Amino acid sequence: MENQVPDQSTQLAQNAAEAVARRSYGKLVAFLASRTHDVAAAEDALSKAFASALGTWPANGVPTNPEAWLLAVARRKFIDVKRGDRFTESATDELPIMDEIMAAAPENSEIPDERLAMMFACAHPAIDASVRAPLILQVVLGLNANTISAAFLASPAAMAKRLVRAKEKIRETRIPFRVPAREELPSRLETVLDAIYAAFSEGWTDPAGTDAARRDLAEEALYLARLVTELLPDEPEALGLLALLLHAESRRHARRSTAGDFVPLDRQDPSLWNQNMIREAEMMLRRASEFGAIGRYQLEAALQSAHVDRCRTGKPNWEAVVTLYGAHFALTGSPVAALNRSVALAEVEGPEAGLNAMNEIASDPRLAEYQPYWAARAELLARTGARDEAAGAYDLAIALERDPAVRSFLKQRKGRLHSPSHSRE
Amino acid sequence: MQYMLLAQLDETQWPKMTKEQQEQGTAAYFAFTEALTKAGALKASGRLRPSSDSTTVRVANGKAQVLDGPFIDSKEQLAGYFLIDVPDLDAALKWAERCPASQHGVVEVRPLWVMTPSAVAASVGD
Repeated sequence: MENQVPDQSTQLAQNAAEAVARRSYGKLVAFLASRTHDVAAAEDALSKAFASALGTWPANGVPTNPEAWLLAVARRKFIDVKRGDRFTESATDELPIMDEIMAAAPENSEIPDERLAMMFACAHPAIDASVRAPLILQVVLGLNANTISAAFLASPAAMAKRLVRAKEKIRETRIPFRVPAREELPSRLETVLDAIYAAFSEGWTDPAGTDAARRDLAEEALYLARLVTELLPDEPEALGLLALLLHAESRRHARRSTAGDFVPLDRQDPSLWNQNMIREAEMMLRRASEFGAIGRYQLEAALQSAHVDRCRTGKPNWEAVVTLYGAHFALTGSPVAALNRSVALAEVEGPEAGLNAMNEIASDPRLAEYQPYWAARAELLARTGARDEAAGAYDLAIALERDPAVRSFLKQRKGRLHSPSHSRE
Repeated sequence: MQYMLLAQLDETQWPKMTKEQQEQGTAAYFAFTEALTKAGALKASGRLRPSSDSTTVRVANGKAQVLDGPFIDSKEQLAGYFLIDVPDLDAALKWAERCPASQHGVVEVRPLWVMTPSAVAASVGD
């Protein structure tokens, strides 16, 4: 059909179907999956329903309630598949489910939003941690396995297999589709938030946004973070995550110069930052703080806020940053938090103090292959005059960095070590 | 939905306990089993003898190979089982958490295969 311009009714039908898909795909899958516990079958039934829509809407017109239409067709496709199984299920098991599906969501009413319940199922502790983020992206946002695998640096076949296995596990072990009870909510929510954060981080490794798959991933993650705050408005960590992602995303256009060079935060041009996003982030963080329940994501958002504030006003606030990273480390034991704290400490008490703090975590094996650790170490060593040691640390950092722009930046800094007027920049 | 709770423990610990501690331990398991029974969730349970009482049987080339000892030589061994019937995985996990074995060892939670005709077909890779 490549050389034919689709006629108007076909185009209208396609536009309508795409609009519904964008708006409602996740809701429809979640509704079907939560009733049947079979995510894969729900997805199949829905994709058949969309195909059916593209086949009949051009001729019959777009229905007044496209969501309900799609759901009704998907239900029928789902039941057809189950009935058509080679060996039919014993009546006792399947019919009550079929009845429920048929009876639910009559034509004119709103389809209940089960997306949150589905996200909790996807991020259940019983699901392999590395597949939670890809799973949520696929079932809530309808991203296909190819897109997801490209973003997570996995082969499409391997990713598809893991997604299939995860959905099977949900079905066969009967992982519930349910927002957890009060007592369990904070810890279970954390796994959902971690999955969204993982998806965002994958998207963020393409800072210039030139890799379409990854840039979109960051946007999708942001969408999911917003969705969770809408569905759980009283959860401060959800608000914290959204604030964090908004801060990170607000600086997308400032992270690389026009020549493609890496621009560290303290050197970025604040006029390139997205002010609306920053404002929204601050609002979310303020709202979160009203609950008086500090958590990891709120701390990270607060740190972003502190960095932004310092860059905008030019007023150093390193003591506050030290405190925040200290709190983060106390809460999470994260060596990265301890590392960042030692860097901030150097700003307050000098490079020796920073290096002493860094040496306390130097034996953590997780830092051995963490580029920013070696880069930060090199910086502080350089400031104490230990230029040879600093050069060695820069070499390690360069070897560990795969982004060419960052490598180039690190090489430049190493090059300046032995320049006649070496000074801290 | 049926799940097996498989308790894995370090066998060297029980003999090291005092008689009082062992009595407390037994009472804890008894209380757990009672709770499961009261909740109508217990289908079966059993405490296994130590792995030194195990014998393995493998048949190769039509010949039976019988060996002394458990299948896997490790510090943690299967010590007991509870077959429970509960609505979903979270319910099974809650019981596993309450099982005394989870305090000193590990409890594996594995669902049973649902034996309907199409499940049988699926299990043979249809």
